Amino acid sequence: MTDVANTSLLKEVKPKSSRDDWTMRGFMLMIGAYLLIALAFPLYIMLSKSFESKDGVFIGIDNYIKYFSTPALFNSIENSVIISVVTMVITVTLAFIYAYALTRSCMRFKGFFKIMAMIPILVPSLLPGIGLIYMFGKQGYMKWLLFGETIYGPLGIVIAEVFFTFPHALLIIMTALAISDARLYEAATVLRAPKWKIFLTVTLPGARYGLISAAFVVFTLVITDFGVPKVIGGQYNVLAVDIYKQVIGQQNFSMGAVVSVVLLIPAIFAFYIDRQVQKKQVSQLSARAVPYEPKPDRSFDTWMMSYSSLIVLIIVTILATCQFAALVKFWPYNLSLGLQHYNFDLMDGGGWDSYYNSIQLALWTAAVGTSIVFTGAYMVEKGRGFGAGRTAFQFLAMMPMAVPGMVLGLSYIFFFNNPDNPFNFIYGTMAILVVSTVTHFYTVAHLTAMTALKQMDKEFESVSQSLQQPFYKMFLKVTVPVCTPAILEIAIYLFVNAMTTVSAVVFIYSYHTQLASVAVLNMDDAGDIAPAAAMGMMIFYTNAGARILHTVVSKVLVNKTQAWRQR
Amino acid sequence: MSANTVGTETGRTPYLTTSNLTKMFGDFTALSDISLEIFEGEFVCFLGPSGCGKTTLLRAIAGLDIQTFGEVTQGGKDVSNLPPSERDFGIVFQSYALFPNLTIRKNIAYGLENRKLPKADIQKRVTELLELVGLISQGNKYPAQLSGGQQQRIALARAIATNPGLLLLDEPLSALDAKVRTHLRHEIKELQRTLGVTTVMVTHDQEEALTMADRIVVMNDGVIEQVGTPLDIYRNPASAFVADFIGTMNFIPGKANGSAVLQMGEVNLDCDPANIRETGDIMVAFRPENLLVQEGDKKLPNSFEAEVKYMEFMGAFFRVDLVSKQANGKAHIKGDFSINMVRRTGVQIGDTITVSIPQDRVSVFPGVN
Ligand SMILES: Nc1ncnc2c1ncn2[C@@H]1O[C@H](COP(=O)(O)OP(=O)(O)O)[C@@H](O)[C@H]1O
Ligand SMILES: [Mg+2]
Repeated sequence: MTDVANTSLLKEVKPKSSRDDWTMRGFMLMIGAYLLIALAFPLYIMLSKSFESKDGVFIGIDNYIKYFSTPALFNSIENSVIISVVTMVITVTLAFIYAYALTRSCMRFKGFFKIMAMIPILVPSLLPGIGLIYMFGKQGYMKWLLFGETIYGPLGIVIAEVFFTFPHALLIIMTALAISDARLYEAATVLRAPKWKIFLTVTLPGARYGLISAAFVVFTLVITDFGVPKVIGGQYNVLAVDIYKQVIGQQNFSMGAVVSVVLLIPAIFAFYIDRQVQKKQVSQLSARAVPYEPKPDRSFDTWMMSYSSLIVLIIVTILATCQFAALVKFWPYNLSLGLQHYNFDLMDGGGWDSYYNSIQLALWTAAVGTSIVFTGAYMVEKGRGFGAGRTAFQFLAMMPMAVPGMVLGLSYIFFFNNPDNPFNFIYGTMAILVVSTVTHFYTVAHLTAMTALKQMDKEFESVSQSLQQPFYKMFLKVTVPVCTPAILEIAIYLFVNAMTTVSAVVFIYSYHTQLASVAVLNMDDAGDIAPAAAMGMMIFYTNAGARILHTVVSKVLVNKTQAWRQR
Repeated sequence: MSANTVGTETGRTPYLTTSNLTKMFGDFTALSDISLEIFEGEFVCFLGPSGCGKTTLLRAIAGLDIQTFGEVTQGGKDVSNLPPSERDFGIVFQSYALFPNLTIRKNIAYGLENRKLPKADIQKRVTELLELVGLISQGNKYPAQLSGGQQQRIALARAIATNPGLLLLDEPLSALDAKVRTHLRHEIKELQRTLGVTTVMVTHDQEEALTMADRIVVMNDGVIEQVGTPLDIYRNPASAFVADFIGTMNFIPGKANGSAVLQMGEVNLDCDPANIRETGDIMVAFRPENLLVQEGDKKLPNSFEAEVKYMEFMGAFFRVDLVSKQANGKAHIKGDFSINMVRRTGVQIGDTITVSIPQDRVSVFPGVN
């Protein structure tokens, strides 16, 4: 047993790669190259632009010095952080109680409450801003509630951001609460601990990773959001809007790049913390076993139901206000109904074409994005060897999450609008919008695909190789059919987000590729608020329809092609 | 042990060999210097405790996780660095790894496709295989609709569908319940004998290895402890580890002075000189079932007195816990007494009886100190 020493004299075995190995690496390199071109290179160019003057001359950190000596600019940092932190606290608290009601009470209609809470995901973040203006603005019907305060500013931003981030926080916290262990509750109950003590010693600690993770997700969403402060921010400047103002208003691209870099820092920081927490939560999940079953408790269940109803009422009110405002002739003077605000072709913003363009973009994003993301995830998860390449790919796939949409969009101007760039030809086309949207939402889609792939027996590939079958047969005949639910989930995620996103596309749409979400922005900008609300609601109905279609298709497919799931 | 080499059976060329095979995971050596020869048509088991490197060795042979150093040859060809798709084997895993969305027939046909075989021939072969594993009526079901044992038989059928030269089984029975396991044990062995396919099976279950294997490779901590037939390994364990791991063995401290007589406390044990490979402080080893009880007055050789401390009823026999002041005041000795013998002699807890160890059943291992 002393022979280890002589192995150092031996030559290490160099595994020979099969044709499949090379093909899979080829696919991975292609998708990796896509991420480099659509993400890493543009960001790098943007970073370097922040060190250049307007005319493209290198001027070192002069732009940064100017930025930090202009209060109108650097004050936005504080504003952005304040808004984000306040929203974070409120959203996480509200979402936690709502999640608690859904997982720990025996209130009725849980399915209904779950669906209603997800509504904000289906609308562009501009829409709650518009709704609040109709409710609390100069001619708002609930203006008296503010006692003279103005909705234009931090107050309006925070309320709209809470609406916008609520479902994101809810999903994360619900998962965290759902995996907590019933055995702990039983033990605590047997020990006759009072309810509040169980809550403090069992529930909260059990959900802590979920709460932290939700907090950082909300923080990131708010600090990078552009729609809400644009519509309802008034004179209150925040970073994301500053980028827009520098680029669109003042055509000062270098300063836009500086603000982008400033905005990247908190986004990357929050992203990093969130990843660390997520890792911990995963390991917690696998160790847990018995799910908690709540017991009926009349008064508690009634309280929870009242609370949830109130939240749903607020969500519905904001949307219903938008829909109503879109239908009345002249708010608030002539409340008779009509469809004249749907004559989008008469307004700025691209008319009905922008709506059809958005649907086209969403379909392309869903189709192209799902194929790229799932294929990439498969190659990186199931490929053999080439460890360094796989690690690099994983890193590239995680990066988009940390990059705000505005920053990505601006970097696309720098990168793709350069005539020397061989990819310059996609500038101003639908293709660049698809690329930008797919890239912006890459990470979540990638993680969904990875989770599904990791659940498959890792020996499937071993068996297939031993039977000398090519990898694509395995991929097409087994992996894709088995992962169909996850694939559909990715597709609908990309579709919905492509319909609602403003930030990722606002710098790079062209006259021929105007989009519905951008039309909402532009019509609102031009003072056509009712048509903006009308278009925003069109996006909502489209997304709601797509969601319903997704549910039906999933059900049919699962019943039909996945008969094998049932015993 | 000097080298982990299997004694070469002269005149036969091995079908599968590994030479000086070492596998590192970072700084951790999972396998060190494994040299093995496996002959055509043999059924070989890799046996050892969990984590000793059995799966790692099997995966190296398959090319699924290629070794860091060393060679693998199969059928006279050096396959050391080849990917699995360029080797010739079928494999079965503990998890079955059946494709859940394909019917049983399609699972079995999976490896037969893309080989320029006419469709009709593929179907014929699938039917043949289904008959072979006795599941002809289940062909159009999905894996989840079958029991664990049935699924594993399908996995086996899929692995042998293409008539591979080598069949690799990684704990194929470990996920099944005891009854099914025993049954399938015989079926796999039977199938292997009929097909004559060279087979390597990984298991941590000694009973499985003893009943199924032509030869067993006992592994521990990434090295081979012993290679031999089941009987050979059971009778003549090459190390205390093997002796302890396979079956039950008594280890009683003693002394060897170079002669054919061992001292175990005050007891002198005659013993085959061939079995004594150590001198000084040693461990005297013998199996519980080889402990004899003196009935009547006829004095047995190698006998001594011991007190019965406890008797555990095991179904087919009693496992008896003995302490002998003569042999060693502290050491507990295990003995297996047949039910008949216990009834005949009326042995009870608290009795002092005379026991003996037959001369040819004593082995000696280095002492622990
Ligand atoms: N991919 C791996 N990376 C690091 N260590 C591993 C890996 N695979 C196995 N090992 C280690 O190698 C040792 C042998 O593992 P294995 O061959 O699976 O044991 P077993 O005999 O139970 O089949 C174990 O200590 C295990 O932790
Ligand atoms: Mg193993």
